[in-house]
Formats: sequence, C-alpha cells, structure tokens
Amino acid sequence: MTLNSDFLRRFRRNRGAVAGLVALLMVGLVALLAPWLAAHDPWAMVGQPFLPPGQAPGLPLGSDALGRDVAAGLVHGARVSLLIALVATAVSLLLGITVGALAGYHGGWVDAGLMRFTELFQAVPGFALAIVVVAIFQPTLVSIVGAIALVSWPSVARLVRSEFLSLRQREFVAAAQLAGQGSLTIIFRQILPNAVSPIVVMGSLMVASSILMESGLSFLGLGDPNQMTWGYMVGAARTALRQAWWIAVFPGLAIALTVLALNLVGEGLSDGLNTRLGGRAR
Amino acid sequence: MDKLRFAGRRLLQGLAALLLIAVVNSLLVRAAPGDPAMVLAGEAGAADEAYMQQLRERFDLDRPLPQQLLTYLGQLARGDLGQSSRQQAPVLDLILERLPATLLLTGTAFVLALAAGVALGVWASTRVGTWQDSLISLFATLFYATPLYWLALIAVLVFSVWLPWLPGFGFETVGGGHTGLARVIDIGRHLLLPALVLAMFFMAIYARMTRAAMPEVASQDFVKTARAKGLPPGRILRAHVLRNALLPVVTLAGLQAGAMVGGAVLIETVFAWPGIGRLLFDALGQRDYALLLGTFLVTAALAIAFNVITDLVYTVVDPRIELS
Repeated sequence: MTLNSDFLRRFRRNRGAVAGLVALLMVGLVALLAPWLAAHDPWAMVGQPFLPPGQAPGLPLGSDALGRDVAAGLVHGARVSLLIALVATAVSLLLGITVGALAGYHGGWVDAGLMRFTELFQAVPGFALAIVVVAIFQPTLVSIVGAIALVSWPSVARLVRSEFLSLRQREFVAAAQLAGQGSLTIIFRQILPNAVSPIVVMGSLMVASSILMESGLSFLGLGDPNQMTWGYMVGAARTALRQAWWIAVFPGLAIALTVLALNLVGEGLSDGLNTRLGGRAR
Repeated sequence: MDKLRFAGRRLLQGLAALLLIAVVNSLLVRAAPGDPAMVLAGEAGAADEAYMQQLRERFDLDRPLPQQLLTYLGQLARGDLGQSSRQQAPVLDLILERLPATLLLTGTAFVLALAAGVALGVWASTRVGTWQDSLISLFATLFYATPLYWLALIAVLVFSVWLPWLPGFGFETVGGGHTGLARVIDIGRHLLLPALVLAMFFMAIYARMTRAAMPEVASQDFVKTARAKGLPPGRILRAHVLRNALLPVVTLAGLQAGAMVGGAVLIETVFAWPGIGRLLFDALGQRDYALLLGTFLVTAALAIAFNVITDLVYTVVDPRIELS
C-alpha cells in the first residue's frame, strides 16, 4: 500500500506525466470508440476532394485527394497505431526478457554468447532492417509487428541482463537456490519481479518508438493495405502538399502528440518507480 | 599497443556484424512466402521462366542453405551485389553513384546534430531552472516525439512553399548550369533543409544527454579541486566538465549512426535527394529485391563504419577511455 501511494505521489508531482497520461487516455478512448466516433468509413469517398477544414458540414478536418474524411482517418488510425505498437512492444519485451534473463542469470559463456549476438544485432540499422523484412514478407499486421519486435528486443535484453547480473548476487537468490528451486523458478518467480520497474519504464518508451517506426513504414507504403494508419495518410498527402496542407498536417500532429504523451508518461513512471531510466538521465 | 588491439577488435566486430547481415539477407530470401527466385525476380508470377532459372543458378537457390550462403558470400567478397531487375545495371554501380549524396547529407546532419546538441545542452546546464533551460528542454522533448518525415514535409511547406526561401527538393538546380563556387552554393542551398531536419531529432537527444551529464560531472571531486586551485570558471567548464561529459554523448552518437542512416531513407524520399535512401525507396516501389537487399547491405555497412570510426577517433582523443 505504501509503495502505491508513494508511487502516485511522485507520479503526480510530474505535471508533464499527468498531462501525458490524460492525452494518452483520450487517444486510447478514441481508438476504442473509433467506429462510433467517426462520421464516415475512413476509406469511403464522402465529398469533393481537397476540401479545406471546416468548409463542408461533417468534414471538420477536410477531405483528402480522393474525397475521404480526414477526421475519420485520424480516428481509425489511432486504433491501428496503438494496436501495432502495443503488440510489437509485448513481443519484444518477451524476446528481450528471455534473452536478457538467461544471459544475466547464468553468466559465463551463456552470457558472453548471447550478448555478443545481441550486440551484433544492435549494430544493424533497425529501421532499414524493418523495411527489408516488411517488404519481403509483404506488409501485413503480423509482418509489421514482427519487424518492429525484431529490431527492438536488443535494448530490452541488455537492460534485463544488467538487472539480473546485480540481482543474482543478492541473498534472496542464494536462499532460493539453497531451498532447491530450479533456475527457471528463480528467474521468473524471484528475480524478474524485482526487475519489473525499469522494464515497465522501458516498455512505455518502446510503445512510443514503435508508433514512430510503424508510421515511418506506413509512410513509405509498407503499411497493411487494409488498415487506415496515420503514417499512410501523411504518405498519401505528400504529393498534394502544395494544394492541401491539412491532409499531411493533422495525422502528423496525432503521431507527435501520442508519442509525446507516451514519453512524458514514461518519464513520470521513471520518477514514480525511482528508476534512473528514461528520464533526463538517459 | 592496447589501442591497436582495441582497433583490431572493433574492426573484427564490424566485420562480424556485416556477416550477420549477409546471413539475414540470405535467410530473408528463403523465408519469404513463395519461390525465392520469384521473390528476387520481383514480380508475383509475371517474371519469365528463363530469367528465374538464371537467378536460381546465380544464387544457388535450389541448393541447401549453407551452399547458397557461401555462394552469396563469395559474390559479396568480389563486390558483386547482383543485378537490378528494373534498372538493368549492376546493383553496386547504382549504389556507388548515389553514395556521395548520402554521405554529404548524413555527414552534415551528424556534425550539425552533435555540435548544436552539445552546445544547447551546455548552455542549458549553465542556466539550470531558468526559462532558457525549460525552453531547451521543451524543444528537445518536442523534437524527440516528432516523426522525421512529417517534420520534413512541414519544413518544405513552410520554407519552400509558403516562404519561397529554399529549394524543397533535389540535389541541385536542374539545368541551372552552375559551375565552381556557384555550384557549391547551389548544392548547399539544397542541402540545408534536409540536413537540418535530419539533425533535429538527434540534436534533441544529444542536448538532453549533455544537459544531464554536465551537472553529474561538475559534482565530482576533480572539479572541486580545479575550483579550489582558482581556475577560471569558463576554463573549468570547457577543459574539465565538458570533456568528461562528452564521453557518453559521443559514444551514443556513434551508436545512433544506424538510426541516422535509416532516417536518411525517409528524408531523401521527401526531398527527392538522390542518395542511397531514395534508391531504397525506389527499389521498394519497383519490387526490385536485388537492389533492395544490396542497398540494405551497404546502408548497414555505412552505419557500422560510422560507429567504428567514432569509437576509434574517440580513443585517440581521450587517453583514458576504457579499452574494453
């Protein structure tokens, strides 16, 4: 209980984090309620093309080059962005925690081998690798999530490893070993719960970077063709920038706002959970 | 001697990373849905059989994976990155033609980001708690969250469409007929917007990091000693605090090289900058996978080289850097 109230007090003191949380909840709500909030199907041609914001009733943010409702695209894009980013983060946390925990707990050649592999992976430019993977496997929700997870797990692995390296020296681990617990039990029941704080902070920042990466892929035409996304909207607006600024500007603002909110919440979590990760110290 | 060994080890690490990428390339072609020859030929079912057979033989696609990998590595070792299926030219030639533009863009952005980021970070750290500090922190937070390609579009919109100050696309004025200094200035004007936009995101990171590192270093004992000796504050800041605070920043900057080259793909696409990133984008649009994999390999090689060079330069600059 005391830990909870301590956490809340420190989190609340960070005004940016509170504002970020409010913004994030709003984006989440919009994503959940998209079909009811949007006046139109995001793919349907509902008016003249290139209508500026506020000119036509029912099109508050105007229409795009094909006469589609920009506001409807924004609302539906929130779903896809959040969904892909959350799943990709979950997958890379799973991968990273597994590799990092094994390396940090066992040490020795297991650690050396896994970490050399992780470092090699980190040397590969992530966004370029993601582009190639999605292009070759064809853009689908699964290939996009897979590509983002594939390039994001190494930093998790390194973080978890360093936490495990220090935690495994503690008495409670020795006690568990003496009590005859298996290494998997010790890893997941004893050590991992103690390493949760920095992982949570990193996870929240990783959702933000996943949104940026997903939107970059969609911008390049590597989004799932069945999903309206913010990155796709900006990409499609690129050639019509001179006639119609609003088509590119609003989805980009949506991305920046969501990513900003996530970063602020991440910093707040970092303050609240008393980790040095993610905030200014990074 | 230690330094030579360190340099050798970093080079070996770089080569190992390149090898990993070559393996990933081979695996990707194999793992892709459908016939690997079809994947390389680029057209779902539309490529003619003779061409696909040629590809199979060239890359040993019908052989087991290890054999295929060896063939591929052998070709890479000879500098053979394959043939672009659309542009009817060797991939390596296409890439080499585009390399200078990318080096110019990323190099300029790298220097800009590091210099301005560190300057802003130092400036903020000398004014802790003032509005200037808050402003820089706000600026860093905002740019850290803004998608690069969108910032690029906004920059074009503002500085090239609404205020016609700078050209919004291309490498130089087509048919401008500039030579000598006039040409350099022309290219510089085209370079300014893309390099600035590419630098912004990284500038934000370096500013934040420098801002965080400065007070930490300043609270250490050797700084107190320097103050006690009566050294002027400006000198302490530059020679004692900044030099030490730079270490994590420069290390990170080297690690970020890959991200910067990746960002160049987006920036070159928006600004029609004739570099490798734009080539990669074109390869995507034309489903030219030999070109795509080739550009990926060279992009990665560039990032790794950037990273290794930063490390090596810094070992030379800083005598007490950890050689581990």
